[in-house]
Amino acid sequence: MNATSIDIKAPLADPVRDGLARGWNVVDATSLARDVTLEADVAIVGTGAGGGIAAEILADAGLRVLMVEEGPLKSSTDFRMREADAYRDLYQESAARKTADKAINILQGRCVGGGTTVNWTSSFRTPATTLAHWQSAHGWSPREPAELEHWYAQVEARLGIAPWPIAPNANNAALARGADALGLHRDVIRRNVRGCWNLGYCGMGCPTNAKQSMLVTTIPHALDAGATLVTRARALRFVTRGDDVDHLECAAMDASGTAPTARRIDVRARSFVSAAGAIGSPALLLRSGVPDPYATLGVRTFLHPTVVSAALMSSRVDGFAGAPQTIYSDQFMSDAVDGPIGFKLEAPPVHPVLASITLPGHGVAHASWMRRLPNMQVLIALLRDGFHPDSAGGRVRLAADGTPLLDYPLTPYVFEGVRRAMTAMAKVQFAAGATAVMPVHDEGDGYATFGAAHAAIAAFDLRPRATTIVSAHVMGGCALGPDPHRAVVDETGRHHYLANLHVLDGSLFPTSVGANPQLSIYALTARLATSLAQRLRT
Amino acid sequence: MLFRRALRAPALDARRSFILVNLSRRRLIFTGVAGAVVLVAARWLQPSHSVAASALSADAADVMRAIVPALLDGALPHDAAERRAAIEDTVDAVGTAIAGLPPVTREELSTLFALLDFAPVRIAFADIAFAWRDADVATTNAFLVRLQKSRWSVKRTAYDALHQLTFAAWYASPSTWPSIGYPGPPALT
Repeated sequence: MNATSIDIKAPLADPVRDGLARGWNVVDATSLARDVTLEADVAIVGTGAGGGIAAEILADAGLRVLMVEEGPLKSSTDFRMREADAYRDLYQESAARKTADKAINILQGRCVGGGTTVNWTSSFRTPATTLAHWQSAHGWSPREPAELEHWYAQVEARLGIAPWPIAPNANNAALARGADALGLHRDVIRRNVRGCWNLGYCGMGCPTNAKQSMLVTTIPHALDAGATLVTRARALRFVTRGDDVDHLECAAMDASGTAPTARRIDVRARSFVSAAGAIGSPALLLRSGVPDPYATLGVRTFLHPTVVSAALMSSRVDGFAGAPQTIYSDQFMSDAVDGPIGFKLEAPPVHPVLASITLPGHGVAHASWMRRLPNMQVLIALLRDGFHPDSAGGRVRLAADGTPLLDYPLTPYVFEGVRRAMTAMAKVQFAAGATAVMPVHDEGDGYATFGAAHAAIAAFDLRPRATTIVSAHVMGGCALGPDPHRAVVDETGRHHYLANLHVLDGSLFPTSVGANPQLSIYALTARLATSLAQRLRT
Repeated sequence: MLFRRALRAPALDARRSFILVNLSRRRLIFTGVAGAVVLVAARWLQPSHSVAASALSADAADVMRAIVPALLDGALPHDAAERRAAIEDTVDAVGTAIAGLPPVTREELSTLFALLDFAPVRIAFADIAFAWRDADVATTNAFLVRLQKSRWSVKRTAYDALHQLTFAAWYASPSTWPSIGYPGPPALT
């Protein structure tokens, strides 16, 4: 049971370290000896899916771009595929970020490249049903789907997005097998990779640079074009003057990366972009005290609340090895988006820390499940929140120290879906040959038959915390739309009340996406950033 | 700031327990007094703004030395010396992990450990009438199960925090991987 050894012919390239050696303008704020003022044409807060795409497009337009990132700059040489390092270095709050009531654990990136550095590479276009709902219920333009088509194609070509061409790992194969046995929809996931080694450690930073994250694509491109990147700097607030943002005030983070210091970085620019994600952007705008006459800011935050089902297979699954997400099922994503909550079935990577903190209980029973890690098959169901009146999502507010807190009430509407999702996952897992299935809930146990699992799930007392609910997708909170009574930014992504402030990230969505959101963020922000670049050049 | 609100709660919870399990009057008075003491103690138990950044306080480490063997029952080595070393390593790793959390969370955890270590609270909240270092696995396990099953969200949240910190610390360590059949990440050589 020795670790696999993979013989590599030539030393692995590290495009980030190469770029630094070429003289990229990168400032680690933690090392600053004095307060500084920096100037640019456009300042972008955040370097994830939205900020990364915006940086490339704005830099290519000949604009002087400055990116501000709270997390560190880490790259393939640092990515040792160890949970201990990765969660601490690359994730918000060491991968332990939670809703205010601690009922939902949120996996969110915090490093250069943001979520794209640590996501599992699943790439879906925004579902047509979602876009139709945004038109009918949230005032989006009927032209949007056709316009996005163009941008999907652009982004897919840029990031190598294509269906996974080789066999799924055993964890995903079980989803395919179970779905086929039951006659359920399933398909191959498209991934943003080039020359993927099929290792299975996407969530800890890609060690071979196969994943086409912002870290190895758009951000190096922008830096090569002369952009500046300031790392380990927290954007504190936009300071406004009249109808404009005058400057951005940032604090250097301390050496641990957990708290701001008194060291200040002021950024002066013609135009400002908030791309700090669906928790970070609303929090930044709240700290800035921007006009919000209709209380639209930071509300309707969505998470794709996700429930988990663990199964045991008679043969090895090795869910820690191989591309983590390659098969999905949309069988339970009804076209009636505003009916009972729909859910998407996927498989997650199964690594020791993530598995152990997700499995309920402790002591001998917990240890016994962990000993069977190689035989463990895991499914997740991502619930499509935000489409029904009883699914209004969460609200971002500020803690005493100005950091964000997310209230996300789990309503009976969501829990009804949790029960259906747990039942569906157990059914698929037994159909795939599971010898036992444990729906992840306090009262859950390993059940030997679907009947037993079904009866147990039907009897579960579903309530916050007793039901394990996680999230890897944050969306909403700075909704895009023409009506300032309902949206924070207009249809160009510009703030309804501040002429030189745009929001370009996942917070623009008026509901959840109903699919892993990276490609939706890429395409929408590519369209909006291109329009912004045109306006800034004239 | 969840645990800050918790400071007021043990007395309330004890009263609820009284109704449910008909504790003796003497016990009710005692826990009522303990609750009042907690309210007063809350002020000086509150960690200052400079929460220790590097490791657990000595008292918090004692709490974890009792809790780790119960959470990891069935996973820890059987040999006494190896077991002691594994517990110490895990407690250290928990301290390191806490140092990487945001100040707000560190403060919450610091308050949790202070509460668990404060004798009147330990008795009312954890039903452990002796020092943590004297608690055996069965007693601590019973305490953890009560936290887990509690319908009172603060207790339940405390359980989740201890669960997450301990299991993350334990299974992040390559020394534990052979026991669960995890070969570790591939070596790129």
